[in-house]
Amino acid sequence: MRFLRALWLVTHKDLLIEARSREILYTTLLFAAACVLVFAFGFVREGQPLGDAAAGILWIAIAFSGTLALGRAFDRERQSETLRALMMAPIERPALYLGKLLGILILMAVVEVVIVPLVALLFQAPLFRRPALLVGLLAAGTIGFAAVGTLFAAMLVRARSRDVLLPVLLYPITIPVIIAGVRGTAALLQVEIDEPMARAWLAMLGLFDVVFITLALWTFEPVMTE
Amino acid sequence: MTRRLLGTTRRVLIACAAAVLLFVAAPVRAQAPQQPTAAQQGFVPVENLPQQEHMPAAPLVGAAYAFAWVLILLYLWSIWRRLNTVEREMQAVSRRVAEERRP
Amino acid sequence: MKRLFPLTLLVVAAMFVYAPFAILGAPQESTMGLVQKIFYFHVPSWMAMFLAVGICGVSSAVYLFNRNRSADRLAAAAAELGVVFGLIGLVTGPLWARKAWGVWWQWDARLTSTLVLWLIFQAYLVLRRYGGPGSDRLAAGVAVFGMANVPFVYWSVNMWRTIHPTTSVVPTLLPGMRGPFWFCATAFVLLFALLLAARTRLETRRAELEDLYLALDE
Repeated sequence: MRFLRALWLVTHKDLLIEARSREILYTTLLFAAACVLVFAFGFVREGQPLGDAAAGILWIAIAFSGTLALGRAFDRERQSETLRALMMAPIERPALYLGKLLGILILMAVVEVVIVPLVALLFQAPLFRRPALLVGLLAAGTIGFAAVGTLFAAMLVRARSRDVLLPVLLYPITIPVIIAGVRGTAALLQVEIDEPMARAWLAMLGLFDVVFITLALWTFEPVMTE
Repeated sequence: MTRRLLGTTRRVLIACAAAVLLFVAAPVRAQAPQQPTAAQQGFVPVENLPQQEHMPAAPLVGAAYAFAWVLILLYLWSIWRRLNTVEREMQAVSRRVAEERRP
Repeated sequence: MKRLFPLTLLVVAAMFVYAPFAILGAPQESTMGLVQKIFYFHVPSWMAMFLAVGICGVSSAVYLFNRNRSADRLAAAAAELGVVFGLIGLVTGPLWARKAWGVWWQWDARLTSTLVLWLIFQAYLVLRRYGGPGSDRLAAGVAVFGMANVPFVYWSVNMWRTIHPTTSVVPTLLPGMRGPFWFCATAFVLLFALLLAARTRLETRRAELEDLYLALDE
């Protein structure tokens, strides 16, 4: 119970700060929309999007804007050394990690609520024929991406050139998430929905989430201790 | 002590470099009979060539070998150079430590 | 250990000098012909790379949880070697593919997943180099994640692209090819061990230098 309370306090703090300025939300949303627009020029020919372009654009927009949100969220903690204060607080490290993760997840979920319909609309993608599977893929993929991203962004707070290092470290590690997200969503976009394929990718994403959240909880303490 | 170590390391690495040079040269000698000499003397009709020679494989194999060996050689050299720098710096620092202790 | 070094060096040098003759002596593969000879050091370089990745991941975990500095030095050395041997594999692979598949790069499961792995360890080195003070522990975290990622990357790339031509050639090699192949593999693993020892020594000397500087400051 104490653990959950500590977790929620960390998330609540982040959400409160964000609710006051809405800086990260607005910038991330605009960035994601700009991403979708830029990719449209690359993957739309004669008014028609190429093959599975919609799925790819959706997940790249999620990954890019997620990286931006992660970087900004931890930059905020760095500015007045609040992360150090959090580390000194008498709460368990896993609660701290999960609290930060939950905050990022809520932020990314809000961005996705806007971006997914936008992609469906702009690329004539029939995304909502299996809503449960789509939501499952989005949730599992976002959790996997954010689980690795939160740990990396947290540990890079003290590092030099962190802005460049975050995507350099994060993208190669989260390539399974990107592949699974894109292929799973593409399976949902086909004329005849390839449900077993989407389920297989969803299962892989679930396994990825379990393994990497466990690993992150395990390594958060030794990585963050100075 | 450090000088002796430096000497051994340098000798070992020179031996290393020499060995690597040796085996860089070896495939060149070994590859030589593989080069299609007929092509150098004049045009050879494609039909007379064995199937796999339509696209010459020897330069690809040679390039792959050369790349592997040059890379290993360069890497050895870089380790050697970095070790030397550290050793040199170490000598300088230990001299300074000794000087400070004397008075 | 110090006695063993020159001896192993001699053995490795001799093996590498003999290797081209062993490879040329091996029977020609029926469909790919001469270009298949790249196999004899393409595959061993991958073996060395995966060995490096394993060593780097395990010793990073040891460093993270035991604060054992020599484990960290071993991990750093292994990561650099992994990148070097990976580069050999990544360059020789396309040279082989150009002849065998007709293209320089094929988004094949093995090639792609190894490229991803190579990028992860490249990132590890970049983090160590430019991350500033304390980045060794962060890099150790990255190495642990990178190692855990191997099955996921392989599985997902495999499902994404299922055109891989050869799944398991090594156990089914012709008898005439088996000898030269294992000869080359042994030579590469020995070379790897040798370079690892040299590179770890460099890291150890650097740490000693750091300590000397600290002693000087006091």
